[in-house]
Amino acid sequence: MSGASAIVLERVRKEFVKSKRRVLAVDEVDLIVEQREFTAILGPSGCGKSTLLNMVAGFDEPTSGRVLAGGEPVGAPSPARGVVFQEPALFPWLNVFENVVFGPKNQGVPATEYRGRAAQIIEQVGLRGFESHYPAELSGGMRQRVGIARVLIMQPQIMLMDEPFGSLDAQTRTLMQELLLGVWERHHQTVLFITHDIEEALLLADRVCVMTARPGRIKKTIQVGIPRPRSIEVTTSPEFNRLRAEVFALIRAESHRAATEASRAGAAV
Amino acid sequence: MRNVLRAPWFLLLPLALVALWHIAVAEHWVVEGIIPAPAQVLDSWYTWIFGSAQATLSPYSGTWLDNVTYSTRRVLQGFGLAALAAIPLGLMIGWSQLVARLVDPSIQLFRPVPITAWLPFAIAVFGIYDASALFLIGLGAFYPVVINTTHGVRDTNLLLLRAARMMGARPATVLVKVVFPSALPSIFTGLRLGIGVAWTAVIVAEMIAVKSGLGYVLWDAYYVGRMDICVATMFSVGILGFLSDRVIVAASRLLLRWRTLEAHE
Repeated sequence: MSGASAIVLERVRKEFVKSKRRVLAVDEVDLIVEQREFTAILGPSGCGKSTLLNMVAGFDEPTSGRVLAGGEPVGAPSPARGVVFQEPALFPWLNVFENVVFGPKNQGVPATEYRGRAAQIIEQVGLRGFESHYPAELSGGMRQRVGIARVLIMQPQIMLMDEPFGSLDAQTRTLMQELLLGVWERHHQTVLFITHDIEEALLLADRVCVMTARPGRIKKTIQVGIPRPRSIEVTTSPEFNRLRAEVFALIRAESHRAATEASRAGAAV
Repeated sequence: MRNVLRAPWFLLLPLALVALWHIAVAEHWVVEGIIPAPAQVLDSWYTWIFGSAQATLSPYSGTWLDNVTYSTRRVLQGFGLAALAAIPLGLMIGWSQLVARLVDPSIQLFRPVPITAWLPFAIAVFGIYDASALFLIGLGAFYPVVINTTHGVRDTNLLLLRAARMMGARPATVLVKVVFPSALPSIFTGLRLGIGVAWTAVIVAEMIAVKSGLGYVLWDAYYVGRMDICVATMFSVGILGFLSDRVIVAASRLLLRWRTLEAHE
């Protein structure tokens, strides 16, 4: 397992049947994510990037092609591949502490083992003092911290993040990005991070895969050579600006192409 | 404005109705001797509850509590059995496609049969005993609980299911720790509807299938022309139904504290 790439997608296609019509969400995607690599998938909404993540998580199966994690075909969801959802998806009847320890507790880990780790992780994500609060009593950013903490406590080899900061306001988002950078410096898991935010992708990732509009394909992969540890300040550096311009041009060409095709399809009808 | 709203407005309509009732009887708007006046109902009700020295042998003297106890016990037993059967079954129907296909069509087929239509069957099978009453009450309360439980399970947020599986929870754990709490608000809706049906069923059953309880008193009093006792019985059932509903609401508030937090968001 140690030699294998963390995530491998081989010619992955995914079709959905929606009201008797087949929709091709993801088309022939090849992707390799190495261990301890932080990869961002960047694309417009509806390009199938969440579908991609769901297949790696084990929530969905590809129509054809193969999805491997740690060299093994992905089957059912597993704590080895922790997922942070766009909506935090916390259990509203459990308080912060209970939400964070849900994984270990329900896998039969004794409380004495996870208690200390839970306290540590709650501290790391800045939720100390909120252990007995319920999700309804927390702000959006704090809920997402719980969503991250409950994944971290399982010490997954792979973290899958599906636009985790997409529904937060700009300031909270920046704070959460810095928090994630800090957490990642400490744990160095393999991360697959889905986003439609160019700056977010460049700030966080080692590598950004730009996806095309539906059907989703990977159009280009860009290495982000900005040295680590990073902070929000790097977003003003010349290197960051150059990368942003490059990615922006790619995305704009792509959305232009999609819009033209859509209007052509509209004219044909 | 706040203070105006806080006034006991809920008393207004009942008081107006009682006043109208009183006037209707006093002014002979209704046929005399059929509908008793409010004061008379109150008086008979008092005697029925506390008894009176003159009428120690009357069936409507001091027997109220006994009959209330009979009916309440039957409701609690029938309702309890229904809940014990319906909640697990509803969880399974909502959770497993196979169980749904096996059981759900039969439930939908039997459900339109009113519990009153089951009466002859119940008496034929169980006789004029408690078992008949429990069968009818249990059956009546069963449907709303099982259907609402099933709905609650099917409404479980897909993301919560995915989250639980991603955190390594086995299917049984997901059912108990995620699906059940998530369905609980809906289960309580079913229980509230169920207890209402249970009170309907107990009155019907006691009218015909057993010889005790408020339903029996109601029918018996009607036959001997004691309309005052009939009305007092109706009020009694109303109050008991209301109180049992409050108990369920209080239990749901206690167990669904997280939901009240969400409502105040």
